[in-house]
Amino acid sequence: MRLHEYQAKQVFADASVPTPASTLAETVDEAVDAAEDIGYPVAIKAQVHVGGRGKAGGIKLVDDTEEAREAADSILGMDLKGFHVSKVLVEEAVDFVTELYVGVTMDRGEGRPVAMVSTKGGVDIEAVAEETPEAIAREHIDPAFGMHPFQARKAVYDAGVDREVANDVARVLTTLYQLWDDRDGADVEVNPLMITSDGEVVAADAVMNIDGDALFRQPELQEMGEKAAEGDELEQKADEYGFDYVRLDGNVGIIGNGAGLVMTTLDLVDYYGGEPANFLDVGGGAKADRIANALDMVFSDDNVDSVVFNIFGGITRGDEVANGINQALEQFDEIPKPVTVRLAGTNAEEGMEILNEELVTVEHTLEDAVQRAVQYAKEEEEE
Amino acid sequence: MSVLVDEDTRVVVQGITGGEGKFHTEQMLEYGTNVVAGAVPGRGGQEVAGVPVYDTVHQAAREEDANASVVFVPPAFAGDACFEALDAPGLDLVVAITEGIPTQDMARVYRRLQETDTHLVGPNCPGVITPGVAKLGILPGNIFSSGNVGLVSRSGTLTYQVVDNLTERGLGQSTAIGIGGDPIIGTDFIDALELFEADPDTHVVAMCGEIGGEDEEEAARYIGEHMDTPVVGFIAGRTAPPGKRMGHAGAIVSGSGTGTAESKINALEKNGVAVGDTPNEVAEHVEGLL
Repeated sequence: MRLHEYQAKQVFADASVPTPASTLAETVDEAVDAAEDIGYPVAIKAQVHVGGRGKAGGIKLVDDTEEAREAADSILGMDLKGFHVSKVLVEEAVDFVTELYVGVTMDRGEGRPVAMVSTKGGVDIEAVAEETPEAIAREHIDPAFGMHPFQARKAVYDAGVDREVANDVARVLTTLYQLWDDRDGADVEVNPLMITSDGEVVAADAVMNIDGDALFRQPELQEMGEKAAEGDELEQKADEYGFDYVRLDGNVGIIGNGAGLVMTTLDLVDYYGGEPANFLDVGGGAKADRIANALDMVFSDDNVDSVVFNIFGGITRGDEVANGINQALEQFDEIPKPVTVRLAGTNAEEGMEILNEELVTVEHTLEDAVQRAVQYAKEEEEE
Repeated sequence: MSVLVDEDTRVVVQGITGGEGKFHTEQMLEYGTNVVAGAVPGRGGQEVAGVPVYDTVHQAAREEDANASVVFVPPAFAGDACFEALDAPGLDLVVAITEGIPTQDMARVYRRLQETDTHLVGPNCPGVITPGVAKLGILPGNIFSSGNVGLVSRSGTLTYQVVDNLTERGLGQSTAIGIGGDPIIGTDFIDALELFEADPDTHVVAMCGEIGGEDEEEAARYIGEHMDTPVVGFIAGRTAPPGKRMGHAGAIVSGSGTGTAESKINALEKNGVAVGDTPNEVAEHVEGLL
């Protein structure tokens, strides 16, 4: 779960990481008032989860009231790479001489957290990692001990940070690790960490991604996360239903159980010349309401021309799934799009006999089911 | 022969009094698994499905001479349950079924694991089965059959699919290991491949990977350098968009492009592994190698 910049900055500021003076605004007037209070120049920054906000016109530096009004007016309500901007952060512009990167993340290959410092701040750090990996100093942290003070210093000096500000940067890194550790961070980073001509260290941006599985013990962050929720309407609906769902741009809707098998079903749709519309994992169990919710999800996607169900019953029983599908589809006067079903595993034979073939097409293998669904999608598309 | 699980495996079920724990204990017993004890704090002295329950894993392991455990404990407490199992005497195998354990909890468990000789399988996995002998976890026993194909997979239902395709061709399994879909897991592909390589009754290994991380790439290098047993591969998630988590916590292609299906397939093929485009093709390749 990702916090907005303004939320992450609040968390950082509470932990004594220096951040620029700033105010959140939801209207043009609020933004202008905030800019007047802070004093020009200020930056007006769209609060959406989009990388490269600046390049896309979501961040503007302004010098006076008129510019502030103009910038706030253009950013508020804009569509930034598919995200609607409803809030801006009005922030004191920092006069910097250097931009650094500092961050803490989980190195899944090592199974340990890693603290990172680079003097190549202010740019996409993943690009730096790819092109010049030596420009990032990395220090792996033993989770049994936490970060030793020397490790923060080592990362900072290894990165080549100026000796005059090294202690302050090490302090920021230490705090970021503490936040990562205490708040169940996935990624906690500042990019850029600005160094001013007076040798002040200021966090000009703030990223805080929290482990979604740990939110039960981070109630304060969970609440912030609810405010930060944004994105595709269908993806939000999936959250309400408790499905793992990812929307894609094809027209074959996919419902299955188990992440690996659902991914494989998407891949097969592609392999047989179709285009997957979504990833939807209903998980274990076969209750009719859950199946109905899954169908509601895929039918709500206007792109979907055909739906394929691929359920492999382990503990889940095929006959229960079949009853669930029948009950869910019987509620429609007319089935919106053709549905193809493939059941396998426990009680699959019984399930296939139960399925109402007036409502669905039954196929016996994964390959046949996917090809059938792709064919239906093509026919619907042509109509 | 088999790996990890055989007729001498004596199992403690952690969380045996919960819904999942109870149901799957019954299923495991029905399959012939030697479930010798349960462990749930405060429930010592009770019985579940005829199995005695102890308050601690240590007591259960000691009293019933157990050598393995299965963890069905809810996510908030599962990290601690893994520590308890790693600390208890004589448990060589710990299978953690629980999905949704906080990553930082698993990082600490993983750190502790390095100091032990225990095999931890999972978390967020379907478990381990040696067909016809015993199963630890939630795998549906009825779809498996005994034979010479070793199976290792990050996904449960995908494993079942591949097993189904193998069974259609009359190909049984020596042992199937679900290593789990989380970013930090105990037994990884290389650990599982090492076990299969040393098992004389495993003649071919089928490995099912998916997007995210670089475990499959590392496994590919291991296969190229160290394995005589032939390996067939499958990678799920070719159509997964970058930056989106595909169900499993670990199944994500990072923004910088690591963890893609393409990179994994290339690495496997470069090291002599036949990679199937469909689960059925995996079975076809396996059949050709037996």
